[in-house]
Amino acid sequence: MGTAIQCRDLRKTYDGKVEAVRGLSLAIETGECFGLLGPNGAGKTTTIEILEGLLEPTAGQVTILGHTWRENARELREWLGISLQETRLSEKLTVRETIELFASFYREPRASGDVLDQMQLSEKADTWVGKLSGGQRQRLAVATALVGNPKILFLDEPTTGLDPQSRRQLWDIIRAFQQSGGTVLLTTHYMDEAERLCDRLAIVDYGQIIAEGTPADLIERLGGHHVVEFAVSGNSNGAALEVWRGLPGVESVRTDDGLVCLNVREPHLTIPALLDAVDNQHEQLLHLTTRHASLEDVFVRLTGRHLRED
Amino acid sequence: MAVSEQPVRPAEVRKPDTPAPRNGRWSGYTHLLMARMKELRREPEVIFWVFVFPLLLALGLGIAFRNKPADVTSIVIVAGPGGQDALAMIQRSPQKDSIRADLLDQASALQGFRLGKYDLMVEPDGNGGFRYHYDQSRQESVLSRAEVDDALQIAAGRKDPLPTSTTSSSEPGSRYIDFLIPGLLGMNIMNAAMWGIGFALVEMRQRKLLKRFVATPMRRSDFLLALTSSRLVLMLVEVGLLLGFGVLAFHMRVLGSLLTILLLGAVGAISFGGLGLLTASRAQKIESVSGLINVVMMPMWVFSGVFFSYERFPAMIQPFIKALPLTALNDALRATILQGASLGSQAGRLLILVVWGGISFVLALRWFRWT
Repeated sequence: MGTAIQCRDLRKTYDGKVEAVRGLSLAIETGECFGLLGPNGAGKTTTIEILEGLLEPTAGQVTILGHTWRENARELREWLGISLQETRLSEKLTVRETIELFASFYREPRASGDVLDQMQLSEKADTWVGKLSGGQRQRLAVATALVGNPKILFLDEPTTGLDPQSRRQLWDIIRAFQQSGGTVLLTTHYMDEAERLCDRLAIVDYGQIIAEGTPADLIERLGGHHVVEFAVSGNSNGAALEVWRGLPGVESVRTDDGLVCLNVREPHLTIPALLDAVDNQHEQLLHLTTRHASLEDVFVRLTGRHLRED
Repeated sequence: MAVSEQPVRPAEVRKPDTPAPRNGRWSGYTHLLMARMKELRREPEVIFWVFVFPLLLALGLGIAFRNKPADVTSIVIVAGPGGQDALAMIQRSPQKDSIRADLLDQASALQGFRLGKYDLMVEPDGNGGFRYHYDQSRQESVLSRAEVDDALQIAAGRKDPLPTSTTSSSEPGSRYIDFLIPGLLGMNIMNAAMWGIGFALVEMRQRKLLKRFVATPMRRSDFLLALTSSRLVLMLVEVGLLLGFGVLAFHMRVLGSLLTILLLGAVGAISFGGLGLLTASRAQKIESVSGLINVVMMPMWVFSGVFFSYERFPAMIQPFIKALPLTALNDALRATILQGASLGSQAGRLLILVVWGGISFVLALRWFRWT
């Protein structure tokens, strides 16, 4: 398997002022599902649109399937399936007409009927696009990307704003594409999506990659295996934090919205020690939860901020 | 890594139930054109503005400015000594059918004359004669004075030394509706091309649909060609409808060949299509392009002789008016439809259209933003 997507030291500056992408390098293998995870405004869309050949980078090189946009744009277009973050397709065309229109641009497209079946849009084939639900529209957007029979699928925030069931449907479709040998690059700000769907991912913040690896690897390296969150009746001042840091098995400590979060390797060692420590201080334990570490913890650990500030 | 060595082709793995189609060179163009025509057909506003509105306009203006059987002039006679005589004289004159006279006191008469209700005010001078008040700048006022003077002189016993007679003419070809229909046709071709191409493109840009299209192997030239072709198809229908309407409802006579008219229409539609493309080359929002389109079209609505002849404008600005594309199109359409002019004789006007369209197109391609 070779490299499907490669870029080196990508930079994009808008109007000579705003630096959206600041030196970003990636190598994505054929057959991989790769995710760009980051908060809104991190430069994910700019990056993916440069890779898609829709934006000219200010500096840096892009190679897709061994070709550059400058020399082989027409061929590359045949091989890529793209779903943009927000495209409002013509509302007065039916689902089938829309798919057939997109199919007509490719030399060897897939049969529209097959794509309709696969995307579970057959029942809606003769419905106007304007009458579709959000999930159906998003599936249609992916269908227009798949109908060209691409080798690489680019999806920019494919599940933003969808209900859980529609999201799962889309995940299944993306997995099926990958299983048939396709390469996927997607952007998302949902950590669960990145965790479940992506073989590897890059966490992007302020136009740069701040961490890269498999989801499990990132969590193990940066998130700790488990997270113990608790609150005690007294103020958790600096001195108290030092106490928590000294507990057995604790890798790191931070406070988040009134809770103390401990990254721990073995919760069964840490929790009894924690309870003793609270007792010794004559404080009350107000809250205690323990959970597996997630990409969110990785992101917070790296940036001190949450992925989604809502 | 050479791409042809890719070990797995997704389509082969999936084993589709239906054989995958292979698309030829024009597949994208035909699908784009079909999609555009379907969209237009499903848009009720398009049907109204493109087809119904011009017919309503032609009908309304055709009726409002229809040639009246005889022009009747309204005059007012100031009541008082001699006033009643004047009225009686007019009523026994040969012109009695074309003069409608009211008898009013001086103040009301003057008021009516000033408001334009009357074309002429006749005031007895107290010595058996009359004084005319008329407005030199109003044509109908000047005509009315001559008419009424004749009526009074003849009624008073004037004998004309030279016997003359007149016949009135309302021949098809010289009426207002004959002037109007080619003008409406030209204006409609301009409107449809500017909105149908300029506005449609910006709308698609705003929806990110243009960006989505250029993310596929679609040829950009095919896209623009399909958009233009859809205008040409609509233009054919429009020309047929408006001319057919003129012929059926107003007994208009079309002297030129239909082929020449359609060719002129096509050149006009393509030329204004280029102008529409230029207008739409940068705008990101439909609000801003709407303003731009109106700014571009406004001078032509006024100057290019749609509703009235541009000969009424000062001679100084005539060269400017004649250089406008809509003037060229309207003049060429009128010459062909009303006078049966050949395509060759309209070469100069065609050149104006081609130059406008060509320059716009070249600039548009340099500035056009797909994203």
